Amino acid sequence: MGYPHPSHAGETPILSKYFGDQDGIGLEGWRKRGGYDGLLKALSMTPGEIVDVVKASGLRGRGGAGFPTGIKWSFMKPGDGKPHYLCCNADESEPGTFKDREIMRWTPHALVEGCAIGAYAIGAEMAYIYIRGEFTEPLIRMGQAVREAYDAGILGTNAMGTGKRIDIVIHKGAGAYICGEETAMMNSIEGRRGNPRIKPPFPAVSGVFAQPTTINNVETLAAVPHIIVRGADWYKGMSLSSPKSTGSKLFSVCGNIAKPGNYEVTMGFSFKDFLYDLCGGPLPGRKFKAVIPGGISVPIQTMEEAEATKMDYEGFVEQGSMLGSGGVIVFDDQQNMVKQIARAARFFAHESCAQCTQCREGTAWTTKIMERIRDGEGTAEDLDTLFSIADNMTGTTICVLSDSCAVPVVSGINKFRSEFEALIKKPTFHPVTAAVA
Amino acid sequence: MATTAVPTTAVAQPKMVSLTIEGRTVSVPEGTSILEAGKRAGVLIPHYCYHPGLSIAGNCRMCLVDVEKAPKLAPACATAAAEGQNVHIYTEKALEARKGVLEMLLINHPLDCPICDKSGECELQDFTYQEGPGESRLRDPKRFHPVEDFGGDVLYTTNRCILCTRCVRFMDEIAQDTVLNVEERGDRAVIGKFEGKDLTNPWAGNVIDLCPVGALLSKDSLNKARSWELDHAPSICPGCSQGCNISIDTRDNTVVRLRPRPNEEVNAYFMCDTGRLDYRWIDRQDRVEVPLVRRGESLAAVDWDVAIPAAASLLDGKRAFVAASPNLSNETLFLLSRLMRSNGGNGGFTVHTGPEAPLPGVKDLSLRADRAANGDGAALLGFKRSGALLDGLSAGDVLVVADADVSGVTAEQLALASAIIVIGTTLPETLRTAMVVLPIANYAEEDGTFTNLRGRVQRFAQAKAAPGMARPSWWVVGDLLAALGKGEAYYLASEAFSALASEVPAFAGMTYDGLGMRGLVVVGGAQ
Repeated sequence: MGYPHPSHAGETPILSKYFGDQDGIGLEGWRKRGGYDGLLKALSMTPGEIVDVVKASGLRGRGGAGFPTGIKWSFMKPGDGKPHYLCCNADESEPGTFKDREIMRWTPHALVEGCAIGAYAIGAEMAYIYIRGEFTEPLIRMGQAVREAYDAGILGTNAMGTGKRIDIVIHKGAGAYICGEETAMMNSIEGRRGNPRIKPPFPAVSGVFAQPTTINNVETLAAVPHIIVRGADWYKGMSLSSPKSTGSKLFSVCGNIAKPGNYEVTMGFSFKDFLYDLCGGPLPGRKFKAVIPGGISVPIQTMEEAEATKMDYEGFVEQGSMLGSGGVIVFDDQQNMVKQIARAARFFAHESCAQCTQCREGTAWTTKIMERIRDGEGTAEDLDTLFSIADNMTGTTICVLSDSCAVPVVSGINKFRSEFEALIKKPTFHPVTAAVA
Repeated sequence: MATTAVPTTAVAQPKMVSLTIEGRTVSVPEGTSILEAGKRAGVLIPHYCYHPGLSIAGNCRMCLVDVEKAPKLAPACATAAAEGQNVHIYTEKALEARKGVLEMLLINHPLDCPICDKSGECELQDFTYQEGPGESRLRDPKRFHPVEDFGGDVLYTTNRCILCTRCVRFMDEIAQDTVLNVEERGDRAVIGKFEGKDLTNPWAGNVIDLCPVGALLSKDSLNKARSWELDHAPSICPGCSQGCNISIDTRDNTVVRLRPRPNEEVNAYFMCDTGRLDYRWIDRQDRVEVPLVRRGESLAAVDWDVAIPAAASLLDGKRAFVAASPNLSNETLFLLSRLMRSNGGNGGFTVHTGPEAPLPGVKDLSLRADRAANGDGAALLGFKRSGALLDGLSAGDVLVVADADVSGVTAEQLALASAIIVIGTTLPETLRTAMVVLPIANYAEEDGTFTNLRGRVQRFAQAKAAPGMARPSWWVVGDLLAALGKGEAYYLASEAFSALASEVPAFAGMTYDGLGMRGLVVVGGAQ
C-alpha cells in the first residue's frame, strides 16, 4: 500500500499489505495474517527444493544490483564442512530509500521468517540482520520480533519443532553508509572498520569470518515466504515484464511530489502512471523536472525519459538509468540541479571509506568543484575537469561508491548542462586568473 | 611385508603458470600476484600499498594494469597470475588510470619535496616523474593537518600521507601491537594512534622504512642529510646475534642512519629499533689512530713496520692468551685463533646480554639476548665463552686484548700477564700498561663476515674509512702472524676468508662469491 497514504488500485500490496497495521507487528497478530506458514512449509522441504523454487520465481536482489537470488543461494555448497552464514542487509542508507525501514517497522516477523527460510536454504545455522544504526524504531521492533520468535520456538535449536537449528542475531550498525556494501558489512559484523574487501574471493567462498556467506536485502528476504507459500508461478505471473523481472517491488518516493511514501507495484508498471496517478503528480502549480529513480547512486532521468519508462530492471536501463534500490527522488521546476548534485557529491565525499585513492580524493575534489560552481565561482574548464575526475573514479576502485559519486555528476551535467552554464557565466568578484600555472 | 614404505622427502612442487607481461614471458608458482610475476620478469609495476612483507590492501589503486580479455583494469597486487594471461602495463588506458591516481594523490600533497627527508628516495616522486601529470588542476585550497609525534622514533607528517596503510598493517600483522589505525573517513582520513598508545614497540621504527612517501619520518635522522648525499653500504647489524641485514648510510664518512636490508632467511624486511638507533659509537672520536709502542713510561707513536715486529718479538715463543671481542669478524677471529694456538695458548670472550624482543609476525626473528654479532663465530673458532674476560689467563702469558670490553678487568688480573698487546679501536684506561697498541678498523670500516646464532655466515662491506693509520683487523693480525713466521699476510678479506674456509671444517667450501648477499649456513649448523 502507499503507506502512509491509502492503498491505490494500481498497487499490488504483497509486502506492504500490513504497513500501518498495529496489530500485525506482534507475533500473535502476524500469525493471524498467515505468518510463518512459509517457514513451516519450507522446513518440510529440502534446502535444494527451496533454492529451486526461488530460482524458478525469478526473484532478483532488491538492494540495487538485481542479482538473481536463487542463483546466489546455489553458490553455497551444502556439506562442505564449513559453517555458512546468512547476512540480511538492513543497513538501508541510500539517500531517497526507505522501504526496508517500513518492512521492519510494520512487518518485522516477515523479515524474521524470510531470514529463517534463507538461512535454512543455504545451510546456515546463523543469520545476522545488520540494521542501520540510525533506525531506532526498526531496531526495537526487530529485537522484539526475534525475541518473540525464540520464545515461541520458531527460532533456536529446534526451529518450529523440526529439530533444525536457526539462530538470528541482530547487529546494529554505527552509522556508515559504506557498511551497506556487502563486504564492508561483513567487516563491520566481525568488529572491524567497515572497509569493503577486495573481490575475489567472493562472499560465497569467503565471507563473514572467512566462511561461505550470502548477503540478501530485507525486501528480497521478505518476499521469500510469499514465494514459498504461493509458488514460483504466482510470483512470476503477477509481473508485467516476466520472465526477466518478476514479482512486486516497493518504491519509496520522496521529493517534490504530492504524495510521498512507499508504493508497491508489480514489475513493468508504467513510471508515468506511477508518478502522476499513484503518487498524485507534482505539487500544485509546479512541473516535474527530473527523477532519480533508484537511490542517489543511479543516473538522473529527465522527465521525457522517466515518462517512457517501464518500472523493471531492464526498463530503467533502457531509459538511461537503473532500478537500483527503488528510492525515487523527484525534482520539480523550482529546484536547481547544480545544488542538488553538489549535495549528492557531498554525501559521497562524507561517506567514502578512504581506502581507494580515486574515491577518497575524487569524491572530495568533485564536491569542492560542484560547490564552487553552485556558489557562482565555477569556470568553463570545471565541467571538463569534473568529467575527467568522474572517468578516473569509474571502474577503478574496490567497491562502487566512487562510481556512484560520478554517476549523478556525469548524468547531471549531460542532461542539465544549461543550469551549470548559467551559474558559470554569472560574473563574480573573483575573476579566474592564470594563477594555477 | 610385501611392500616397504618409501619415505616421501620431496617437497610438493607448486604448480607453475606462465604468463606474458609487457611481452616478457615468465613462469611463476600458481597464486603469485601479477605484481610479483612482473618483478620476476624484470618489470616494476608502480605501486604504493603493496609490500611483500605485508597483507594485500589493494587500496592505492596505483598498480592497475591492463589484462587482455578482462573487462576492466586489474590491480596487479591483488590479481593472481593465470596461465596464458597477457598483461600490458603501458597501454593508454592503464597509463591514464595511474596518471589519475597520481593526480589524486598529489592534489592535497604539500609538494614540499625541497624540505622533505624522503626526497630522492620517495616513491611518490619516482612514479610522478615516471608517469604522473605535469601540473595540478586543483583550484581549491589544499587540506591541512599539523605534524604529529607518534612516539618512539616516529614523526607523522600528515599532509604527505597517501594512506597506503602499510604502517597500520605492519603494526597489526607483524608487530602484532595495534597502535595505529585509520581515523575518520573520506578525505578527512588520517593515520591515528589508539587512545593512550605510542609507537614504542621495539620494532616500531620499521614503519619509517615501510612508508613509501615522506609521511613517517625518523626523529633520529630528521633533517640530517638529503638522500642523494648518502652512500649506502650493505652490512650486518652487530647489535645482537640475529644478524639482521642492514644498510649503513653515511654522509661525508659519518654514519647518518642504519636501515634494514631484505633477507628472507634472516630478518625479512625489518630490524629492531635497538639496532637501528645504536650507531653513534661507530663514529666515536677517541680512537687509536697510530700504532703505539712502549718507550719507558710512555707509549710512543710509531710506524706499522716498527709496531708489528715489536709485537712479534713479545709473542715469539710465548704462550698467548687472546681476549677477543665477539664483534670481530670470522676472518680476524680465525687469525687470532692461529696466533693463540701457535704456542699452546688459549682465548676467551664475554657477551653482554639483554632482554629478548621477538617480532611475532616473522618466524625466528628477535632482538636476541646475546648482544654481540659474532659470539657464535668466536665459539666455532675455538674461543671460550666465559663470564669473566680473563678466565684462563695463566701467569706469564702474553695477553692479547683484541678489542674486547675490559670493563671489570682489574690491574691484579692484568699483572698475571708477562706483557699486554692491544689490538683495538680504542685504548681504555685499564690497558695503559700495554707494551704495543695496534689500531684497527671497526666493523663499519672493513670487510668481513659474521656468523649468526643459526650458523649463517654473512658478509658485511666497508661503509666508511678508518681513522688515521688504523688498518682492517684481519690485516693487522695477518701481518703479525707473518712476522712470527706462522702465516702469511692478507691484503683482501676474501683471502683471509679462503684460508679460514680451507682450514676450519665448519666453513668448508665457502667463498665470498658463494656467500653472496644472503649468506650460507655453516656445515652442521642449525636451520
